Amino acid sequence: MSERAPEPVTAAANPPLQPLASNLLPSDVIRVSATSDVPAPERELTPVAKLIDVSKCIGCKACQSACIEWNDTHPDLEENVGVYENPHDLTPDMFTLMRFTEYENPVTNEFEWLIRKDGCMHCADPGCLKACPAPGAIVQYSNGIVDFISDNCIGCGYCIAGCPFNIPRISKTAHVSKKCTLCSDRVAVGQGPACAKACPTKAISFGTKEDMVELANERVEDLKSRGYDHAGLYDPQGVGGTHVMYVLHHADQPSLYSGLPDDPQISPVVRSWKGPAKTVGLAVAGLAAAGAVLHGIFARANEVTAHEEGEAEDLVAHRNHAQQGDREA
Amino acid sequence: MADKRIYSAPGDRIETKHPVTVNRYRGYTRVNHWVTAACMIVLLISGLSFFHPSLFFLTGLFGGGQMTRWLHPIVGLVLVASFLLLFAQMWKLNLPRREDVEWSRKIGDLLQGNEEALPELGKYNAGQKVVFWGMSGLIVVLVTTGIMIWEQYFPDLVSIPVRRIAVAVHALAALFTILIFIVHVYAAIWTRGTIRAMTRGTVTGGWAFRHHRKWLRELAGRQGSDPSK
Repeated sequence: MSERAPEPVTAAANPPLQPLASNLLPSDVIRVSATSDVPAPERELTPVAKLIDVSKCIGCKACQSACIEWNDTHPDLEENVGVYENPHDLTPDMFTLMRFTEYENPVTNEFEWLIRKDGCMHCADPGCLKACPAPGAIVQYSNGIVDFISDNCIGCGYCIAGCPFNIPRISKTAHVSKKCTLCSDRVAVGQGPACAKACPTKAISFGTKEDMVELANERVEDLKSRGYDHAGLYDPQGVGGTHVMYVLHHADQPSLYSGLPDDPQISPVVRSWKGPAKTVGLAVAGLAAAGAVLHGIFARANEVTAHEEGEAEDLVAHRNHAQQGDREA
Repeated sequence: MADKRIYSAPGDRIETKHPVTVNRYRGYTRVNHWVTAACMIVLLISGLSFFHPSLFFLTGLFGGGQMTRWLHPIVGLVLVASFLLLFAQMWKLNLPRREDVEWSRKIGDLLQGNEEALPELGKYNAGQKVVFWGMSGLIVVLVTTGIMIWEQYFPDLVSIPVRRIAVAVHALAALFTILIFIVHVYAAIWTRGTIRAMTRGTVTGGWAFRHHRKWLRELAGRQGSDPSK
């Protein structure tokens, strides 16, 4: 086929007319679920990131529509229950969701409408990948994208336990886990994510992680000059940083934004469950089995003797006679 | 006369006298045991395939990862139902008794083939009781945590932090179950003449005399009385 697509540096560019070959190859994978011996990649892609500037978001949900359209998902029509969120939560058919919080700032006495676009954060240290028992169901590319490979997914839901952000959702029909792919299929051909492209206020930007951090710093500076003293970038180091980042006006209190974790990290429970404990457990079971086999081979079996068979006959006969005697008496 | 049974279960009786054979498990109990055993083996294999990536290939035995994920909890429920029936038949004779303490203290004699030094026992020894109660407790833990992490039918039963604990506890309990399973199977093989109790349903008189003499004495004393009482 034709030449490889360039690595995307913005979501704004339109695709070229000529077809381009994918530039996100199986060999660009750096981590694979339930697989320890991933071959070292031949090249390293430039880390990419999506930057969501919460202060610019107007809650129009164009990103949700673009996501549905690009990924060809079909979220259920739901009932209006008097909240802005629609659908009610992330679902297997809704990979991103605007979450709305009404916040009365106690310092300024101002009412603030905090809108956060929720979805996969594409952690550098992905808890879902760590928890996943199915080889190849979750992969991480060298550009930072964490992707679910549905063909290998078994639908067990362990990724839900692993994720610090409560993102994956298991399809009730396909029985596979679903989440934002960071539009890996678009990135593969040089395009930015659909949500970023659709955003009318440029609240969602996409590019290299370096560029996005730089852009975020500009935005934070601007927000600070407007009185948001605690504005900052949300790129949580507890999970090694993320490839979806937020600019928050209240970066000191991320949880204001519909429970965005203040200090997300893979739960210690998941770490101990998935860490060396597994190998130790397997070794213990293996040693016990091997010990039993060795004992069986080398130790003398516990065998009944002919003498004991005789004793049993005596015992049974004696009891029988005693009993008959009882009856006759 | 029908003496009250203390050391034996309904159906246990002397079957023949020359040589002595003793009925230890009725057909119903044996079928019940083997259904439970088959479920346990399926659960161990399918569970191990999720426990460690190096064993994931075992899912191939059940038709792949998706099928194994679907099958494991269902077989788990079958096991629970089957084990409950076994439990109902066996719990009474597995209650601890005074002689279990001495037996446990002298377990070294048992392993050295010096079984004469151990006290006379009823239908079960302390080791068998530990297996019984250990399995019972672990199955309760496994089914409880298993339902908590049963994504297909109970996705929202517990919060995610609780689910994390449940998966870890489930794996740990499964590991102990494997250890007890090994002890159970090995003891049945090492103690020659035991397995026929669960296949043909009978043991030899000598086996009963050697390992469960109080049980044998009670059955000998009950000869002629209604075995179903």
